[in-house]
Amino acid sequence: MLGQTEQTECSIRSETGWKSVTAMPMEAADIERLIVEAMPDATVTIEDLRGDGDHYSARVTSAAFKGKSRVQQHQMVYQALKGRMGDVLHALALQTSIPSDA
Amino acid sequence: MDSNPIFDRIRQDVTENEVVLFMKGTPVFPQCGFSATLVEVLSRIGVKFKGIDVLADPSLRDGIKSFSEWPTIPQLYVKGEFVGGCDIIREMHTSGELRKLLEEKGVEPVA
Repeated sequence: MLGQTEQTECSIRSETGWKSVTAMPMEAADIERLIVEAMPDATVTIEDLRGDGDHYSARVTSAAFKGKSRVQQHQMVYQALKGRMGDVLHALALQTSIPSDA
Repeated sequence: MDSNPIFDRIRQDVTENEVVLFMKGTPVFPQCGFSATLVEVLSRIGVKFKGIDVLADPSLRDGIKSFSEWPTIPQLYVKGEFVGGCDIIREMHTSGELRKLLEEKGVEPVA
């Protein structure tokens, strides 16, 4: 429906009813869940910047970022969101870091 | 796939110009806050850059996201290398890393 290859993505629809996926904003909990699914050791803090469910900031801390450039770290977070970035998720200000004990 | 004309165009743009900003709108009239922020950062540092308006060309708007493997606009390229979007560039600017990177790559400020 979004032109993606995955076929079992129904969590968005079941949580908020039958709406056009491209029009529906994401919940902070969804963003966090997706990131943690892809990066189980990640600490994620999400803030809804305008209260409209469309402009978030996220701080993600994970040992998986070790040795990677900022671009690579952010790409990992975008990949965790499986195509939603730039689509149903309009803006996500990202800050990534590595845990001090990693 | 033999050749992708959009990718070829992008490659040409980032090769022929030292600093390229793929953005929404133009440097004089940015159409998005994030793009405007990067224009401001580059202007502060005083480096000459080419602004490419992705709103003027939908195939470019999609193409640059595939080319860079980066889902959003704006995107900054320095000497053919993708350096980052708004968050990364802002962070690098605050820490002084951006100026340092430009120096290392031999990009001289005009100011």
